[in-house]
Amino acid sequence: MAWAKENGGNNKAAELNYVDRSLDGPSHNFSLMPTPSKHTQYPYVTGSSVLGIKYKDGILLASDTAGCYGSTVRYKSVERLKRIGDNTILGASGEISDFQAITNLLDELITEDWMWDDGNKLGPFEIHNYLNRVMYNRRNKFDPLWNSLVLGGIKKGKKYLGMVSMIGVHFQDNHVATGFGNHLARPIFRDEWKEDMTLEEGVKLLEKCLLVLFYRDRSAINKFQMANVTEGGITITEPFALKVNWELEAFRNPTKGAEGSW
Amino acid sequence: MEPMAGEWTSAAHSMGTTIMAVEYNGGVILGADSRTTTGVYVANRASDKITQLTDNVYLCRSGSAADTQVVSDYVRYFLNQHTIQLGREATVKTAATLVKELAYQNKSFLQAGMIVAGWDKYDGGSVYAVPLGGTLLRLPFATGGSGSSYLYGFLDQAWRPQMSKDEAERFVVKSIALAIARDGASGGVVRTVTVNEHGVERNFFAGDKLPLFHEEIPPGRNSLLA
Repeated sequence: MAWAKENGGNNKAAELNYVDRSLDGPSHNFSLMPTPSKHTQYPYVTGSSVLGIKYKDGILLASDTAGCYGSTVRYKSVERLKRIGDNTILGASGEISDFQAITNLLDELITEDWMWDDGNKLGPFEIHNYLNRVMYNRRNKFDPLWNSLVLGGIKKGKKYLGMVSMIGVHFQDNHVATGFGNHLARPIFRDEWKEDMTLEEGVKLLEKCLLVLFYRDRSAINKFQMANVTEGGITITEPFALKVNWELEAFRNPTKGAEGSW
Repeated sequence: MEPMAGEWTSAAHSMGTTIMAVEYNGGVILGADSRTTTGVYVANRASDKITQLTDNVYLCRSGSAADTQVVSDYVRYFLNQHTIQLGREATVKTAATLVKELAYQNKSFLQAGMIVAGWDKYDGGSVYAVPLGGTLLRLPFATGGSGSSYLYGFLDQAWRPQMSKDEAERFVVKSIALAIARDGASGGVVRTVTVNEHGVERNFFAGDKLPLFHEEIPPGRNSLLA
C-alpha cells in the first residue's frame, strides 16, 4: 500500500490516523481506507414458495397468500402473483417490500413500452432479461432485492417459464419453484409433469404440490392463488383453500407401542 | 467498582409499544399505549404515539422513537407542501405512500414500524400498515409494536368487519389494554384518535377506565388500614 505523500515524505503523523485502527471502527469524515460499506439487508416480511408449470395452452403459477414476519404469520392476504402487461405473470417469494418495488419498476417499463405506440410489446423473454439485469446489478452492489422471482408468459405461440434469483442466477424450464418448493414440489414435477397437459391436469398437479407445502412448510398457510396465462389473456384466481387430510390411522395414536416417542 | 449510571442512561429511546388502527363504518380509530423506554427505564409514561400528519391523516409510531419522529416530520412537511399545490386535502393513500417511500428507501437505517390511518372522501376510512422493511399494505385493521404479539389470537377471534364507531373504539381500548397487561414494554394510558368525515376526536383512557383481566385487581384500600 502506498500512502499519499504528505510532509515531504514524513508520514508518521498521517499514518497514526489509520494504522492499527480496525476497518469497521468509528467512521471519520476523511479516510484513505474508508470503512467497507454494509448494505446487505435482512428480509423482514417474507413470502414463501412460488410454483410454475408449462401446460398445453400456456403457463400456470401458484403461491399461498402469507406474509410472514420471522416465525409469525403476520399477514394472511398478501398477493404474491401479479400480472405484467397482458402476456406475462410474475410470482415472488422473499421480502414483500422489494417485490412491491419490482412490480413498480415493471409497471413503469410496461407503460413506457406502451407509450412508444410502435406495434411492438415487450414479451416474457424481454421481461426476464430485464429482471435478470436488475437483480444481478443490485447483487453486485451488495444490496440485493431479496426475492426469488418466477416469470411465466406466452407470446405469439411461444411459451416461456423461468426463474431469476436474488443473486442473478436465471434459467428457464418446463417447471420451476422457489424456496421450499424446490425441495418438495420439483421432485413431484419431475415425476408427474408431461408435455401438453390440459388445464385440469395442470391445476391438479399444482394443487397436489401446494398441499404438500402446506403440510411441510411452516411458512405456508391454507390460502392460495393461481395465475393462468394463455394467448387469450391472464387470469388470477380469487384466494382458495384446499381440503386437508388428517385421517391416517397412524395419526390417531402415533406413539402406540413406543411411549415417549413422537 | 460498579458504574454509577446504568446501561439505560445511554440506551436509545425505543417505544416498546402497542399500536393499532381499525377501519369502521364511516372512519378509522387509531389507538396506542403511552410507554417509552430507554432499556428498562420508562423514560416517558405518558407519551403520545399517535401523531398528526394532516387534518385528516394520522400516524401510529412504534420502534425507534427518533426514527419515527423524523419520518413523521418529513411526511408532515411534504404533505403540507402537497396540499398547497394540489388545492385540496391529501388522501390517506398519498400519506401512506410517502411514509412507505421513506421507510423503504432507508430500510437499512431505520427501525420504524408504522400505521397510517385517516379519512378522505374518495376511499372513506382507510388503514395502511408500513412494517419494518417498507412494505405497504392496505388492511381493514392493523397492529404493531412489541405488544401486538399478544394480540394475534384475540384479534383472529374477536375482530369483525363493519363495526360501529363505539364498538370499534371499545375494541381498540380492550386490545391495547390486553397487550399492556402482558407486555412489559407497553403501559400507561390508552390514547385513541377517531377520524371521520366530521373531523377528529381524541380520547384518553386511564387507570380505572381500563378493563381488568386475569389476576388483576381493582385499586382499593390497604387492608392494614381498617
